[in-house]
Amino acid sequence: MREERAPETYSISLSVASGFEFVELAETVTATLARLTGFDEETAMWISMAVREAVINAIKHGNKEDRQKRVEIQYAFNHDGLSICVRDQGSGFDLSQVPNPLDPENLLKPTGRGIFYMKAFMDEVDIWSSPGGGTTVRLRKRIRPRSP
Amino acid sequence: MIRIEHRTLGDVHILDIEGRITIGEGTLHFREAVHRVIQQGGRNVLLNLAGVTHMDSSGIGELVSAYTAVGNRGGRLKLLHVPPRVREVLTITKLATVFEAFDDEAAAVESFR
Repeated sequence: MREERAPETYSISLSVASGFEFVELAETVTATLARLTGFDEETAMWISMAVREAVINAIKHGNKEDRQKRVEIQYAFNHDGLSICVRDQGSGFDLSQVPNPLDPENLLKPTGRGIFYMKAFMDEVDIWSSPGGGTTVRLRKRIRPRSP
Repeated sequence: MIRIEHRTLGDVHILDIEGRITIGEGTLHFREAVHRVIQQGGRNVLLNLAGVTHMDSSGIGELVSAYTAVGNRGGRLKLLHVPPRVREVLTITKLATVFEAFDDEAAAVESFR
């Protein structure tokens, strides 16, 4: 009987001030780690775009562009996939109040597509807020087995 | 990084866009370019997206704002050479049903007649 070994998981953390100039840094780190995890270039690009959206939301809506507040980005990856947590230091928000950007009345609104964007390109998106504890967005993407 | 060139064919204003329409420099330059066309009296606006590599949700928002701004002045904004990545984003956001898009420049220009 073969012994099943748990996959080795690597963790990397990034902490940036709430400035939009750091968004591309997060995007670049994410794309690099996604490639290391084993995703192809196109999938890595979409994962990095989803993380971009989470970081932009954290800076803009969470930390209200207060440069004294930080955005923490934690990566964990193994051969099963990549998991990213983006945490801000804001006051949180009620997810149920976020309008659906696909509703006809919202289709031509210039904002409100960030969370939708994340959900479109990731396998799992969990968002939770805690009083005084900011908002955490957890994004997950699994490696798909290659078809024979 | 974004680069935008403005040219005209008859009364059609064409913006050739290269690079990223993403929050910050990308969305700012895109907005300014569209507003310059509007201020010059441009009513028929064709966005050539052939060179666009990335578009985030803020970029999509700018595209929608440009569409609305041109439309509010009685004009029309259409898309040319939409790359697969941008097409995918337009499809999932249901905006592919809003924007008229062309793969042929002559046909796009003619559609404004």
